[in-house]
Amino acid sequence: MTDAKVRIRNLYKIFGRAPQKVLPLVKNGLSKPDLLDQHNHVLGIQDVSLDIPEKRIQVVMGLSGSGKSTLIRHINRLIEPTAGEILIDGEDVLTMTDSQLQDLRRFKASMVFQKFGLLPHRRIIENVAYGLVVQGKSDADASKRARHWIDRVGLSGYEDHYPAQLSGGMQQRVGLARALATDAEILLMDEAFSALDPLIRYDMQSILLELQNELHKTIIFITHDLDEALRLGDNIAILRDGAMVQQGDAQEIVLQPADDYIRDFIKDINRGRVIRLGSLASGQAPENGTRLPAETLLEDALTQLVDAPDQRLAVADKAGKVIGAVNLKDALQAMRS
Amino acid sequence: MEFFKEFPSLSRGELASLRRSIDGAFRDFTRSWAETLESFFHPLLRFLVWFENLLLATPWPIILIVIGGLCYAGARSWKITAASVLAFVVIGYFGMWDDTMSTLAIISVATFLCIAIGIPVGILMARSDRMQAAITPVLDVMQTIPSFVYLIPVVMLLGIGKVPGLIAVCIYAIPPIVRLTNLGIRLVDKDILEAADAFGASPRQKLWGVQVPLALPNIFAGVNQTIMMALAMVVIASMIGVQGLGVPVLRAISNQYLALGVMNGLAIVALAIIFDRVSQTYGKRLQAHRKGHGHD
Repeated sequence: MTDAKVRIRNLYKIFGRAPQKVLPLVKNGLSKPDLLDQHNHVLGIQDVSLDIPEKRIQVVMGLSGSGKSTLIRHINRLIEPTAGEILIDGEDVLTMTDSQLQDLRRFKASMVFQKFGLLPHRRIIENVAYGLVVQGKSDADASKRARHWIDRVGLSGYEDHYPAQLSGGMQQRVGLARALATDAEILLMDEAFSALDPLIRYDMQSILLELQNELHKTIIFITHDLDEALRLGDNIAILRDGAMVQQGDAQEIVLQPADDYIRDFIKDINRGRVIRLGSLASGQAPENGTRLPAETLLEDALTQLVDAPDQRLAVADKAGKVIGAVNLKDALQAMRS
Repeated sequence: MEFFKEFPSLSRGELASLRRSIDGAFRDFTRSWAETLESFFHPLLRFLVWFENLLLATPWPIILIVIGGLCYAGARSWKITAASVLAFVVIGYFGMWDDTMSTLAIISVATFLCIAIGIPVGILMARSDRMQAAITPVLDVMQTIPSFVYLIPVVMLLGIGKVPGLIAVCIYAIPPIVRLTNLGIRLVDKDILEAADAFGASPRQKLWGVQVPLALPNIFAGVNQTIMMALAMVVIASMIGVQGLGVPVLRAISNQYLALGVMNGLAIVALAIIFDRVSQTYGKRLQAHRKGHGHD
């Protein structure tokens, strides 16, 4: 993709006393357990390269210990890499001076945390205004904008409460409002919804998608929850033991899992909510009858397929051109395997 | 065999000359620096004298009203306010008003000094592990060395009077506020600090916007401890010429006046309890917002 907002190139992170000394060994293929056994260093990130497209949601997924939270902290350099390159809009984050880095964090990339990271001694409005005050905005300006974003995340009326008075879901809305208030183009979300219970999590995902429809931020979203990854991610990257296993959109990952690790990951998901008709369309399409758009989810197409003549319908791409047909049997087959 | 019976030590003559040379060196130091030091501490002396005179010259009803007002402002509790005022009335009724005012003056100034020096030192310690490693043993010595021992050089340098007394009180009372400021800042939640970092807060913005406010309950516990320890030094400070409730206690010890000693002792206890309750409830009020209330 040419319009990458953030480019990560051959990133390595090794935790320990002398990471540079063991780096060549890792580059030569020393495994994570061997590195720990023989050299007492922990391999956090191993040769990760990732192009993050502008104005899309890039999900980075992996189990705990896979290095995903470490990876996201490299983007705004909360963690220093051992080797590699990180470019934001073509600018190398790793060669930035302290003040350039401060500006990056203030104006370009804001962050939402798993444990919220709110200031317990400040009211909600002051928490949301925090990034603006750090930027040096006047109090009046900051609180006006803070009010706007508190309203956008649906917390009007809670401006003068303290974080501890709010439920977890509400606190994370504050976290989200705080991150959005700075007008940063990049939003780093580190397991932002993982601490919330499933219903609230679903709500928060909806809020995020709704806001994204309008704001078009470049969002990097870390999660260990596959359903969340598939729902939110325009692009999904899967990490294991600090290394990239596969990247692609939801459908690619479900239809062409790179290895058994990912196959295992995706075996319990509802494939009907991921696979779209376009990937199944083939052969001669019936002349008449309804045409379904290629981006229709299998699940949504089922009832129409059942009612269709021969249980077979034409599939058309965005331009309205018929690209093939899908029948009920293939659709059900695709949902099962 | 002789070697094992007696611990091998310097001879008496060697020891005597060692002590003599240290004493001599310190005496020389005193001679050349005492005046400079005295003039350095002079503003402090003037402030202390001014404050003591202010407390003594102000009519007692006004002092009672101010004390009541401060107690209420700090604790927001009528019970504590009423008890404090009552305690002062009883102290005055038993003829200890002037001594109590003197003690109040030196405790207030000592506490103020300890806060003014202790909090910045605590912040320095929190920001650098090397600083912490260097200062911690100094604090240990200050807290454990018998106070009479450091009275000697202080008196040699500055003689007998209010300022050496004040310095002795501060040496004894400052460690808790330094320690608890350091501890409080170091205990601030790493996740909150990371969030401040992620939004590009400068070190100064982090210190004053996040670390110090979140450390306040601990810092406040330090202030409380410092006041308590300053009060505990009142009697010892009176040995080197500090006016106040310690003087009658000292007199009571040397003359075996039981009632005089107990009465003044109880007055010190009353002051301690008032300071403690008011500052503790104030500290609790500071962190009231941390507990969730008003939400399901």
